[in-house]
Amino acid sequence: MQQKPILLTILDVLSIIAIGIATYFALFLAPTELVMGEVQRVFYFHVGTGWVALLGFVTASIAGILYLITKSMTWDRFGLAAVEVSAMFFLITIVLGSIWARPAWNTWWTWDVRLTSAAITELIFIAYFMLRAGIEDPEKRARFGAIYTILGGLSAPITFMVIRLFRSIHPVVVGNPSAEAQGGFDMTVDMRNTLFIALIAFTILFIDFIWHRIRLSGLQEKVEQLKLKTLGE
Amino acid sequence: MNPSFLKATLAIIHKDLAAEFRSRELLTAMLTFSVLVILIFNFALDLNIDVRQKVTAGVLWTTFAFAGTLGLNRSMAVEKDRGCMDGLLLAPVDRSAIFFGKAISNLAFMLIVEAIVLPLYAFFYNETRIFQWEFIAVLLLGSIGYISVGTLLSAMSVQTRTREILLPILLFPIAIPVLIASVLASGAIINDAGLPQIITPLNLLIVYDVIFIAVSFMFFDAIVEE
Repeated sequence: MQQKPILLTILDVLSIIAIGIATYFALFLAPTELVMGEVQRVFYFHVGTGWVALLGFVTASIAGILYLITKSMTWDRFGLAAVEVSAMFFLITIVLGSIWARPAWNTWWTWDVRLTSAAITELIFIAYFMLRAGIEDPEKRARFGAIYTILGGLSAPITFMVIRLFRSIHPVVVGNPSAEAQGGFDMTVDMRNTLFIALIAFTILFIDFIWHRIRLSGLQEKVEQLKLKTLGE
Repeated sequence: MNPSFLKATLAIIHKDLAAEFRSRELLTAMLTFSVLVILIFNFALDLNIDVRQKVTAGVLWTTFAFAGTLGLNRSMAVEKDRGCMDGLLLAPVDRSAIFFGKAISNLAFMLIVEAIVLPLYAFFYNETRIFQWEFIAVLLLGSIGYISVGTLLSAMSVQTRTREILLPILLFPIAIPVLIASVLASGAIINDAGLPQIITPLNLLIVYDVIFIAVSFMFFDAIVEE
Protein backbone atom coordinates (compact mmCIF):
# COMPACT_ATOMS: atom_id res chain seq x y z
CA MET A 1 0.00 0.00 0.00
CA GLN A 2 1.36 3.35 -1.07
CA GLN A 3 1.25 5.92 1.74
CA LYS A 4 -0.23 9.31 1.00
CA PRO A 5 2.69 11.76 0.97
CA ILE A 6 2.75 14.02 4.04
CA LEU A 7 3.27 17.07 1.84
CA LEU A 8 0.03 16.30 0.00
CA THR A 9 -1.88 16.17 3.28
CA ILE A 10 -0.40 19.54 4.22
CA LEU A 11 -1.45 20.90 0.83
CA ASP A 12 -5.00 19.53 1.37
CA VAL A 13 -5.30 21.39 4.65
CA LEU A 14 -3.71 24.49 3.18
CA SER A 15 -6.13 24.62 0.26
CA ILE A 16 -9.16 24.16 2.52
CA ILE A 17 -7.95 27.05 4.70
CA ALA A 18 -7.12 29.23 1.66
CA ILE A 19 -10.51 28.66 0.03
CA GLY A 20 -12.15 29.37 3.40
CA ILE A 21 -10.32 32.67 3.74
CA ALA A 22 -11.10 33.60 0.12
CA THR A 23 -14.80 32.83 0.70
CA TYR A 24 -14.82 34.94 3.84
CA PHE A 25 -13.15 37.84 2.04
CA ALA A 26 -15.42 37.61 -1.00
CA LEU A 27 -18.65 37.35 0.98
CA PHE A 28 -18.00 39.61 3.98
CA LEU A 29 -14.91 41.79 3.74
CA ALA A 30 -15.08 43.03 0.15
CA PRO A 31 -17.33 46.10 -0.21
CA THR A 32 -20.62 45.74 -2.08
CA GLU A 33 -20.37 47.11 -5.60
CA LEU A 34 -22.50 50.24 -6.06
CA VAL A 35 -24.27 49.48 -9.33
CA MET A 36 -24.48 45.70 -9.47
CA GLY A 37 -24.89 45.00 -5.77
CA GLU A 38 -24.29 41.63 -4.11
CA VAL A 39 -24.12 39.59 -7.31
CA GLN A 40 -20.80 41.21 -8.13
CA ARG A 41 -19.23 39.08 -5.34
CA VAL A 42 -19.30 36.11 -7.70
CA PHE A 43 -16.57 37.95 -9.62
CA TYR A 44 -13.80 36.87 -7.22
CA PHE A 45 -14.48 33.19 -7.71
CA HIS A 46 -15.25 33.63 -11.39
CA VAL A 47 -11.82 35.13 -12.04
CA GLY A 48 -10.16 32.67 -9.64
CA THR A 49 -11.57 29.58 -11.33
CA GLY A 50 -11.07 31.09 -14.78
CA TRP A 51 -7.43 31.72 -14.03
CA VAL A 52 -6.68 28.16 -12.95
CA ALA A 53 -8.73 26.76 -15.83
CA LEU A 54 -6.51 28.65 -18.25
CA LEU A 55 -3.44 27.61 -16.27
CA GLY A 56 -4.52 23.97 -16.62
CA PHE A 57 -5.01 24.35 -20.36
CA VAL A 58 -1.51 25.77 -20.83
CA THR A 59 -0.03 23.17 -18.46
CA ALA A 60 -1.66 20.37 -20.47
CA SER A 61 -0.09 21.61 -23.71
CA ILE A 62 3.34 21.88 -22.08
CA ALA A 63 2.93 18.39 -20.61
CA GLY A 64 2.03 17.20 -24.13
CA ILE A 65 5.26 18.63 -25.57
CA LEU A 66 7.29 17.14 -22.70
CA TYR A 67 5.66 13.74 -23.24
CA LEU A 68 6.54 13.72 -26.92
CA ILE A 69 10.15 14.60 -26.10
CA THR A 70 10.72 12.25 -23.16
CA LYS A 71 8.08 9.53 -23.82
CA SER A 72 7.69 9.28 -20.04
CA MET A 73 4.25 8.19 -18.79
CA THR A 74 4.55 10.67 -15.90
CA TRP A 75 3.95 13.52 -18.34
CA ASP A 76 0.92 11.73 -19.75
CA ARG A 77 -0.57 11.44 -16.27
CA PHE A 78 0.29 15.07 -15.66
CA GLY A 79 -1.39 16.16 -18.90
CA LEU A 80 -4.53 14.13 -18.21
CA ALA A 81 -4.74 15.56 -14.69
CA ALA A 82 -4.34 19.11 -16.01
CA VAL A 83 -7.06 18.61 -18.64
CA GLU A 84 -9.52 17.05 -16.19
CA VAL A 85 -9.04 19.71 -13.53
CA SER A 86 -9.08 22.49 -16.10
CA ALA A 87 -12.29 21.16 -17.71
CA MET A 88 -14.00 21.20 -14.33
CA PHE A 89 -12.84 24.72 -13.52
CA PHE A 90 -13.84 26.01 -16.96
CA LEU A 91 -17.33 24.67 -16.35
CA ILE A 92 -17.49 26.37 -12.93
CA THR A 93 -16.25 29.63 -14.50
CA ILE A 94 -18.95 29.50 -17.15
CA VAL A 95 -21.70 28.76 -14.62
CA LEU A 96 -20.53 31.52 -12.25
CA GLY A 97 -20.26 33.91 -15.19
CA SER A 98 -23.83 33.11 -16.22
CA ILE A 99 -25.09 33.81 -12.72
CA TRP A 100 -23.45 37.23 -12.90
CA ALA A 101 -24.43 37.89 -16.53
CA ARG A 102 -28.14 37.37 -15.95
CA PRO A 103 -28.59 40.56 -13.86
CA ALA A 104 -25.66 42.47 -15.41
CA TRP A 105 -26.26 41.82 -19.12
CA ASN A 106 -29.86 40.64 -18.79
CA THR A 107 -28.98 37.32 -20.44
CA TRP A 108 -27.48 34.01 -19.31
CA TRP A 109 -25.33 33.69 -22.35
CA THR A 110 -24.01 35.80 -25.19
CA TRP A 111 -21.67 34.91 -28.04
CA ASP A 112 -18.93 37.12 -26.73
CA VAL A 113 -15.31 36.26 -27.46
CA ARG A 114 -14.41 35.05 -23.96
CA LEU A 115 -17.58 33.05 -23.55
CA THR A 116 -17.30 31.46 -26.96
CA SER A 117 -13.61 30.67 -26.50
CA ALA A 118 -14.35 29.07 -23.13
CA ALA A 119 -17.11 26.97 -24.71
CA ILE A 120 -14.85 25.85 -27.56
CA THR A 121 -12.06 24.99 -25.11
CA GLU A 122 -14.54 22.89 -23.16
CA LEU A 123 -15.42 21.10 -26.42
CA ILE A 124 -11.73 20.47 -27.12
CA PHE A 125 -11.51 18.85 -23.68
CA ILE A 126 -14.54 16.65 -24.35
CA ALA A 127 -13.01 15.61 -27.68
CA TYR A 128 -9.79 14.81 -25.81
CA PHE A 129 -11.63 12.53 -23.37
CA MET A 130 -13.45 10.78 -26.23
CA LEU A 131 -10.17 10.30 -28.07
CA ARG A 132 -8.57 8.72 -25.02
CA ALA A 133 -11.59 6.52 -24.40
CA GLY A 134 -11.34 5.13 -27.93
CA ILE A 135 -7.76 3.85 -27.65
CA GLU A 136 -6.72 0.78 -25.67
CA ASP A 137 -2.95 0.81 -26.02
CA PRO A 138 -1.70 3.11 -23.19
CA GLU A 139 1.37 4.25 -25.13
CA LYS A 140 -0.70 5.22 -28.17
CA ARG A 141 -3.31 6.86 -25.95
CA ALA A 142 -0.62 9.00 -24.36
CA ARG A 143 0.92 9.92 -27.72
CA PHE A 144 -2.40 10.89 -29.37
CA GLY A 145 -3.54 12.72 -26.25
CA ALA A 146 -0.32 14.73 -26.16
CA ILE A 147 -0.60 15.68 -29.84
CA TYR A 148 -4.23 16.68 -29.44
CA THR A 149 -3.57 18.95 -26.45
CA ILE A 150 -0.79 20.67 -28.41
CA LEU A 151 -3.12 21.20 -31.39
CA GLY A 152 -5.75 22.57 -29.02
CA GLY A 153 -3.23 24.86 -27.37
CA LEU A 154 -2.17 26.20 -30.77
CA SER A 155 -5.64 26.76 -32.17
CA ALA A 156 -7.19 28.35 -29.05
CA PRO A 157 -5.32 31.69 -29.32
CA ILE A 158 -6.23 31.95 -33.02
CA THR A 159 -9.85 31.13 -32.17
CA PHE A 160 -9.77 33.92 -29.61
CA MET A 161 -8.39 36.40 -32.13
CA VAL A 162 -10.87 35.39 -34.83
CA ILE A 163 -13.90 35.66 -32.55
CA ARG A 164 -12.67 39.05 -31.33
CA LEU A 165 -13.42 40.32 -34.83
CA PHE A 166 -17.04 40.15 -33.74
CA ARG A 167 -18.05 42.72 -31.15
CA SER A 168 -17.15 41.91 -27.55
CA ILE A 169 -19.10 43.04 -24.48
CA HIS A 170 -17.16 41.19 -21.79
CA PRO A 171 -15.77 43.76 -19.31
CA VAL A 172 -12.01 44.00 -18.89
CA VAL A 173 -11.86 44.81 -15.18
CA VAL A 174 -8.13 44.73 -14.55
CA GLY A 175 -6.27 47.55 -16.29
CA ASN A 176 -9.27 49.02 -18.10
CA PRO A 177 -11.48 51.08 -15.80
CA SER A 178 -13.29 52.80 -18.68
CA ALA A 179 -15.63 49.92 -19.44
CA GLU A 180 -18.44 50.64 -17.01
CA ALA A 181 -21.13 50.47 -19.65
CA GLN A 182 -20.36 46.77 -20.15
CA GLY A 183 -20.60 45.97 -16.44
CA GLY A 184 -17.02 46.83 -15.61
CA PHE A 185 -16.16 48.70 -12.42
CA ASP A 186 -13.29 50.37 -10.61
CA MET A 187 -11.86 48.14 -7.91
CA THR A 188 -11.20 49.51 -4.44
CA VAL A 189 -8.18 48.35 -2.45
CA ASP A 190 -10.34 45.82 -0.57
CA MET A 191 -11.70 44.39 -3.81
CA ARG A 192 -8.21 44.12 -5.21
CA ASN A 193 -6.98 42.31 -2.11
CA THR A 194 -9.93 39.92 -2.18
CA LEU A 195 -9.28 39.12 -5.82
CA PHE A 196 -5.63 38.54 -5.06
CA ILE A 197 -6.46 36.17 -2.20
CA ALA A 198 -8.97 34.30 -4.37
CA LEU A 199 -6.35 33.87 -7.11
CA ILE A 200 -3.81 32.46 -4.64
CA ALA A 201 -6.41 30.19 -3.01
CA PHE A 202 -7.51 28.70 -6.32
CA THR A 203 -3.91 28.22 -7.45
CA ILE A 204 -3.20 26.21 -4.29
CA LEU A 205 -6.39 24.20 -4.81
CA PHE A 206 -5.39 23.60 -8.43
CA ILE A 207 -1.97 22.22 -7.49
CA ASP A 208 -3.62 20.04 -4.85
CA PHE A 209 -6.16 18.61 -7.32
CA ILE A 210 -3.51 17.94 -9.97
CA TRP A 211 -1.35 16.12 -7.46
CA HIS A 212 -4.31 13.99 -6.33
CA ARG A 213 -5.23 13.17 -9.90
CA ILE A 214 -1.68 12.16 -10.85
CA ARG A 215 -1.49 9.96 -7.76
CA LEU A 216 -4.85 8.41 -8.66
CA SER A 217 -3.59 7.56 -12.19
CA GLY A 218 -0.52 5.92 -10.67
CA LEU A 219 -2.67 3.84 -8.31
CA GLN A 220 -5.02 2.89 -11.17
CA GLU A 221 -2.10 1.55 -13.16
CA LYS A 222 -0.92 -0.43 -10.16
CA VAL A 223 -4.35 -2.02 -9.77
CA GLU A 224 -4.36 -2.95 -13.46
CA GLN A 225 -0.95 -4.59 -13.11
CA LEU A 226 -2.02 -6.49 -9.98
CA LYS A 227 -5.16 -7.71 -11.76
CA LEU A 228 -3.12 -8.97 -14.71
CA LYS A 229 -0.71 -10.66 -12.31
CA THR A 230 -3.45 -12.52 -10.41
CA LEU A 231 -5.13 -13.54 -13.66
CA GLY A 232 -1.80 -14.87 -14.91
CA GLU A 233 -1.27 -17.10 -11.88
CA MET B 1 13.35 19.77 -52.19
CA ASN B 2 14.80 16.33 -52.43
CA PRO B 3 13.65 14.64 -55.67
CA SER B 4 12.70 11.30 -54.08
CA PHE B 5 10.44 13.14 -51.62
CA LEU B 6 8.65 14.88 -54.47
CA LYS B 7 8.40 11.63 -56.39
CA ALA B 8 6.90 9.79 -53.42
CA THR B 9 4.38 12.58 -52.82
CA LEU B 10 3.37 12.59 -56.48
CA ALA B 11 3.07 8.80 -56.50
CA ILE B 12 0.61 8.90 -53.57
CA ILE B 13 -1.43 11.68 -55.18
CA HIS B 14 -1.48 9.71 -58.43
CA LYS B 15 -2.59 6.54 -56.62
CA ASP B 16 -5.43 8.33 -54.79
CA LEU B 17 -6.71 10.19 -57.83
CA ALA B 18 -6.51 7.10 -60.08
CA ALA B 19 -8.37 4.97 -57.52
CA GLU B 20 -10.99 7.68 -57.12
CA PHE B 21 -11.55 8.22 -60.83
CA ARG B 22 -12.11 4.50 -61.23
CA SER B 23 -14.49 3.98 -58.32
CA ARG B 24 -15.89 7.53 -57.95
CA GLU B 25 -17.11 6.49 -54.48
CA LEU B 26 -15.84 9.47 -52.58
CA LEU B 27 -16.70 12.30 -54.95
CA THR B 28 -20.21 10.99 -55.59
CA ALA B 29 -20.88 10.78 -51.88
CA MET B 30 -19.42 14.21 -51.14
CA LEU B 31 -21.32 15.88 -53.98
CA THR B 32 -24.67 14.30 -53.22
CA PHE B 33 -24.24 15.15 -49.58
CA SER B 34 -23.37 18.78 -50.42
CA VAL B 35 -26.48 19.20 -52.55
CA LEU B 36 -28.58 17.66 -49.78
CA VAL B 37 -27.14 20.05 -47.20
CA ILE B 38 -27.92 23.04 -49.42
CA LEU B 39 -31.43 21.71 -49.95
CA ILE B 40 -31.93 21.39 -46.20
CA PHE B 41 -30.58 24.90 -45.64
CA ASN B 42 -32.97 26.22 -48.26
CA PHE B 43 -35.94 25.19 -46.17
CA ALA B 44 -34.39 25.48 -42.71
CA LEU B 45 -33.29 29.09 -43.25
CA ASP B 46 -35.80 30.05 -45.93
CA LEU B 47 -33.08 31.29 -48.27
CA ASN B 48 -34.90 34.20 -49.88
CA ILE B 49 -33.04 37.20 -51.25
CA ASP B 50 -32.73 39.11 -47.94
CA VAL B 51 -31.53 36.12 -45.96
CA ARG B 52 -29.08 35.09 -48.67
CA GLN B 53 -27.43 38.48 -48.50
CA LYS B 54 -26.20 37.59 -45.02
CA VAL B 55 -25.80 33.84 -44.96
CA THR B 56 -24.46 32.74 -48.36
CA ALA B 57 -20.86 32.47 -47.09
CA GLY B 58 -22.01 30.61 -43.98
CA VAL B 59 -24.17 28.13 -45.89
CA LEU B 60 -21.40 27.35 -48.37
CA TRP B 61 -18.76 26.92 -45.67
CA THR B 62 -20.96 24.68 -43.54
CA THR B 63 -21.63 22.54 -46.59
CA PHE B 64 -17.95 22.25 -47.46
CA ALA B 65 -16.95 21.52 -43.86
CA PHE B 66 -19.48 18.67 -43.58
CA ALA B 67 -18.67 17.24 -47.00
CA GLY B 68 -14.98 17.60 -46.13
CA THR B 69 -15.22 15.36 -43.05
CA LEU B 70 -17.01 12.78 -45.16
CA GLY B 71 -14.14 12.75 -47.64
CA LEU B 72 -11.41 12.82 -44.99
CA ASN B 73 -12.93 9.88 -43.15
CA ARG B 74 -13.28 7.78 -46.26
CA SER B 75 -9.88 8.54 -47.69
CA MET B 76 -8.14 7.37 -44.50
CA ALA B 77 -10.49 4.44 -43.83
CA VAL B 78 -9.67 2.98 -47.25
CA GLU B 79 -5.98 2.96 -46.36
CA LYS B 80 -6.62 1.33 -43.01
CA ASP B 81 -9.21 -1.28 -44.00
CA ARG B 82 -7.30 -3.01 -46.73
CA GLY B 83 -3.97 -2.74 -44.94
CA CYS B 84 -2.68 -0.20 -47.44
CA MET B 85 -1.40 2.03 -44.67
CA ASP B 86 1.03 -0.66 -43.50
CA GLY B 87 2.25 -1.01 -47.06
CA LEU B 88 2.74 2.73 -47.37
CA LEU B 89 4.59 2.84 -44.05
CA LEU B 90 6.88 0.01 -45.12
CA ALA B 91 7.87 1.89 -48.26
CA PRO B 92 11.36 3.40 -47.91
CA VAL B 93 10.19 7.00 -48.21
CA ASP B 94 9.94 9.91 -45.83
CA ARG B 95 6.74 9.64 -43.78
CA SER B 96 5.93 13.30 -44.35
CA ALA B 97 5.77 12.53 -48.08
CA ILE B 98 2.85 10.24 -47.23
CA PHE B 99 1.23 13.07 -45.30
CA PHE B 100 1.65 15.57 -48.12
CA GLY B 101 0.42 13.04 -50.68
CA LYS B 102 -2.72 12.29 -48.69
CA ALA B 103 -3.32 15.93 -47.84
CA ILE B 104 -2.95 17.12 -51.44
CA SER B 105 -5.27 14.43 -52.80
CA ASN B 106 -7.81 15.24 -50.05
CA LEU B 107 -7.50 18.89 -51.01
CA ALA B 108 -8.05 17.98 -54.65
CA PHE B 109 -11.28 16.15 -53.77
CA MET B 110 -12.50 19.07 -51.70
CA LEU B 111 -11.69 21.56 -54.48
CA ILE B 112 -13.45 19.41 -57.07
CA VAL B 113 -16.55 19.35 -54.87
CA GLU B 114 -16.33 23.12 -54.40
CA ALA B 115 -15.88 23.65 -58.13
CA ILE B 116 -19.14 21.81 -58.76
CA VAL B 117 -21.15 23.11 -55.80
CA LEU B 118 -20.39 26.81 -56.42
CA PRO B 119 -21.93 26.90 -59.92
CA LEU B 120 -24.85 24.82 -58.60
CA TYR B 121 -25.43 27.34 -55.84
CA ALA B 122 -25.21 30.16 -58.37
CA PHE B 123 -27.71 28.30 -60.54
CA PHE B 124 -30.19 27.67 -57.73
CA TYR B 125 -30.08 31.18 -56.33
CA ASN B 126 -29.04 33.33 -59.25
CA GLU B 127 -26.02 34.33 -57.19
CA THR B 128 -23.11 35.43 -59.35
CA ARG B 129 -21.25 37.41 -56.69
CA ILE B 130 -19.49 34.23 -55.61
CA PHE B 131 -17.49 34.18 -58.83
CA GLN B 132 -14.90 36.75 -57.78
CA TRP B 133 -11.27 35.79 -57.66
CA GLU B 134 -11.04 37.10 -54.08
CA PHE B 135 -13.84 34.78 -53.02
CA ILE B 136 -12.17 31.83 -54.72
CA ALA B 137 -8.83 32.72 -53.06
CA VAL B 138 -10.43 32.68 -49.60
CA LEU B 139 -12.06 29.36 -50.45
CA LEU B 140 -8.67 27.94 -51.42
CA LEU B 141 -6.91 29.24 -48.28
CA GLY B 142 -9.70 27.97 -46.03
CA SER B 143 -9.70 24.55 -47.69
CA ILE B 144 -5.92 24.26 -47.28
CA GLY B 145 -6.10 24.93 -43.54
CA TYR B 146 -9.10 22.68 -43.03
CA ILE B 147 -7.61 19.80 -44.99
CA SER B 148 -4.14 19.96 -43.46
CA VAL B 149 -5.37 19.61 -39.90
CA GLY B 150 -8.17 17.29 -41.08
CA THR B 151 -5.75 14.86 -42.72
CA LEU B 152 -3.69 14.72 -39.53
CA LEU B 153 -6.71 14.13 -37.31
CA SER B 154 -8.24 11.56 -39.65
CA ALA B 155 -4.99 9.56 -39.43
CA MET B 156 -5.53 9.72 -35.68
CA SER B 157 -9.25 8.95 -35.54
CA VAL B 158 -8.99 6.00 -37.92
CA GLN B 159 -6.83 4.21 -35.35
CA THR B 160 -9.40 4.51 -32.55
CA ARG B 161 -12.34 2.32 -31.66
CA THR B 162 -14.97 4.94 -32.51
CA ARG B 163 -13.40 5.95 -35.86
CA GLU B 164 -15.89 7.78 -38.11
CA ILE B 165 -17.88 9.47 -35.38
CA LEU B 166 -14.73 10.74 -33.71
CA LEU B 167 -13.32 12.76 -36.62
CA PRO B 168 -15.82 15.66 -36.65
CA ILE B 169 -15.67 15.87 -32.86
CA LEU B 170 -11.88 16.10 -32.94
CA LEU B 171 -11.70 18.30 -36.01
CA PHE B 172 -14.35 21.00 -35.55
CA PRO B 173 -13.10 22.57 -32.29
CA ILE B 174 -9.56 22.74 -33.71
CA ALA B 175 -10.64 23.92 -37.18
CA ILE B 176 -13.11 26.51 -35.92
CA PRO B 177 -10.75 29.47 -36.57
CA VAL B 178 -10.56 28.45 -40.25
CA LEU B 179 -14.32 28.26 -40.56
CA ILE B 180 -15.00 31.56 -38.78
CA ALA B 181 -12.22 33.46 -40.57
CA SER B 182 -13.30 32.09 -43.97
CA VAL B 183 -16.95 32.93 -43.38
CA LEU B 184 -16.04 36.46 -42.24
CA ALA B 185 -13.67 37.10 -45.15
CA SER B 186 -15.85 35.61 -47.89
CA GLY B 187 -18.99 37.23 -46.47
CA ALA B 188 -17.22 40.60 -46.53
CA ILE B 189 -16.15 40.02 -50.14
CA ILE B 190 -19.66 39.11 -51.28
CA ASN B 191 -21.17 42.14 -49.59
CA ASP B 192 -18.51 44.53 -50.88
CA ALA B 193 -17.39 45.48 -47.38
CA GLY B 194 -14.29 47.61 -46.91
CA LEU B 195 -10.78 46.25 -47.28
CA PRO B 196 -10.01 46.08 -43.51
CA GLN B 197 -12.98 43.77 -43.01
CA ILE B 198 -11.54 41.40 -45.59
CA ILE B 199 -7.86 41.68 -44.71
CA THR B 200 -8.10 41.07 -40.93
CA PRO B 201 -9.74 37.61 -41.09
CA LEU B 202 -7.64 36.80 -44.14
CA ASN B 203 -4.43 37.44 -42.20
CA LEU B 204 -5.56 35.13 -39.41
CA LEU B 205 -6.47 32.51 -42.00
CA ILE B 206 -2.97 32.66 -43.48
CA VAL B 207 -1.40 32.47 -40.01
CA TYR B 208 -3.52 29.41 -39.23
CA ASP B 209 -2.59 27.76 -42.54
CA VAL B 210 1.14 28.25 -42.00
CA ILE B 211 1.09 27.06 -38.38
CA PHE B 212 -1.05 24.01 -39.00
CA ILE B 213 0.69 22.85 -42.16
CA ALA B 214 3.98 22.98 -40.22
CA VAL B 215 2.53 21.25 -37.16
CA SER B 216 0.76 18.53 -39.16
CA PHE B 217 3.98 17.90 -41.04
CA MET B 218 5.83 17.50 -37.73
CA PHE B 219 3.27 15.31 -35.99
CA PHE B 220 2.22 12.95 -38.78
CA ASP B 221 5.22 10.72 -38.13
CA ALA B 222 4.28 10.41 -34.45
CA ILE B 223 0.71 9.47 -35.36
CA VAL B 224 1.35 6.68 -37.84
CA GLU B 225 4.26 5.03 -36.01
CA GLU B 226 3.41 1.66 -34.48
